[in-house]
Amino acid sequence: MSDPEKKKGIDVTVRGLKKTFGKQEVLKGVDFEVKPGEIFVLMGPSGSGKSVLLRHIIGLEEPDAGEILIGGDSVESEGVMDKHHLAMVFQSGALLNSLTVGENVGLYLVEHRLKKPDEIKRIVTEQLDAVGLKDTESKMPSELSGGMKKRVAIARALVSEPELILYDEPTSELDPVSSVVVSQEIAKLNDRTGVTSIVVSHDRDLAFGIADRIAVIIDGHILAVGTPDEVRNNQEPAVRDFLHATIKRH
Amino acid sequence: MFQNIGELVILFWRTLTSLPLTWRQRQKVFDQLFEIGVASMLMVCVLSFFIGAVIALQTGPVLVERGLHSYVGGMVGYSIARELAPIMMGVLLAGRIGSAMTAEIGSMRVYQEVDALRTMNINPVHYLVLPRMVAMAIAVPMLVTLAILVGWVGGATVAATNHSIEISFQVFFHDLRNVVELGDVIHGVVKGFCFAILIGLVACHQGLVTRGGPRGIGRSVTKSVVNSIVLIIVFDYLITRLLQK
Repeated sequence: MSDPEKKKGIDVTVRGLKKTFGKQEVLKGVDFEVKPGEIFVLMGPSGSGKSVLLRHIIGLEEPDAGEILIGGDSVESEGVMDKHHLAMVFQSGALLNSLTVGENVGLYLVEHRLKKPDEIKRIVTEQLDAVGLKDTESKMPSELSGGMKKRVAIARALVSEPELILYDEPTSELDPVSSVVVSQEIAKLNDRTGVTSIVVSHDRDLAFGIADRIAVIIDGHILAVGTPDEVRNNQEPAVRDFLHATIKRH
Repeated sequence: MFQNIGELVILFWRTLTSLPLTWRQRQKVFDQLFEIGVASMLMVCVLSFFIGAVIALQTGPVLVERGLHSYVGGMVGYSIARELAPIMMGVLLAGRIGSAMTAEIGSMRVYQEVDALRTMNINPVHYLVLPRMVAMAIAVPMLVTLAILVGWVGGATVAATNHSIEISFQVFFHDLRNVVELGDVIHGVVKGFCFAILIGLVACHQGLVTRGGPRGIGRSVTKSVVNSIVLIIVFDYLITRLLQK
């Protein structure tokens, strides 16, 4: 999946990350590295700490211990967001319900006054076209399906020309067809822009379909990291149980 | 409680330091001004008319009975200007506007819209709190001025039409002018301004700290209204002491 022309992605290093909420230790010393331009999928069962880990990477949570480096700069350091342009696609899309789709997509440019209104309009149209949502600028988020909301959220993330995009459960609550569309969007985007992508999911189809590398996090620990084949053949019992769980009747 | 007070002080400071960005957020300020000001006007008029009316109805017959006709206008005008208009507007707006602000920001917090703003490097204080606080600070003193005027008219109407008072409009306002000075109206407006800041601050703070889904939003709205009203009453005393002649 890697392309020699990719140049926009950035590396991410997570070292000894620990986080406790109340009495619950959610992250128990997490270490991994993400290479520039790769799609790195964090898999794990519900409650394993995947989303919390993602929120740490974008600076929405402060760790109790450990550090996160984005392109060599600590995520807690001043101006790291401006310097590296990070973006996140939330599980629900997290579109601002009081704004239209077009206003949501252009929000970053408008608030930071980076372009003129005409140019913003053009960029918004382009980004919506790129995710297959032509002529939806004037719609309200409430008029969109779950899959469309996530694609708008991807378009919104793209507007800032990010070096790193984080996806939190991008295919959750979607029907199988919409899941495939969103997964393909992530892969296409990575191929087109070379952005580094960290995807949190428990969707095995998505992970093995688009990932360059996969990490399996269970109970606050990373138990396996590697290419899809390496992870698929991992012999760690908890990893095998998670990856090969099937419904058994009688 | 002390943590809440500390957070309110910090939020107030952050809002103050972001005031230079008000022009950039002017469209949102206008939207909020409409929501707070125009949409509240009818309710403010009805409420203040009847407050003026009931004060005249309660005090008028007692004063007239004791031969103190000339004090009715002054009594009604003074109490409305200095106390009743600002405090009733404060309570009304804490319930009507403060609760709506908390619910809106709270649901944005719960549904990760506030987090989305942060990931776009958009400061929620600049985007959400500043326009609301500025609009409150502009609209509420105007609403208090309107409430004072309508309250006086309410008092005068009852004084003129109630058979146990029977003081004409002209006499009522003549007596009112003898007692009430511009400073008394300013006193009420200053109180309104302070209450506006308190309501906006408490409402935005409660919205931003909302957790736990729809139930959490409900809890935050209740806390916002109750805390605003308690603070309004406490600050009413403090401001009265401070501005006492």
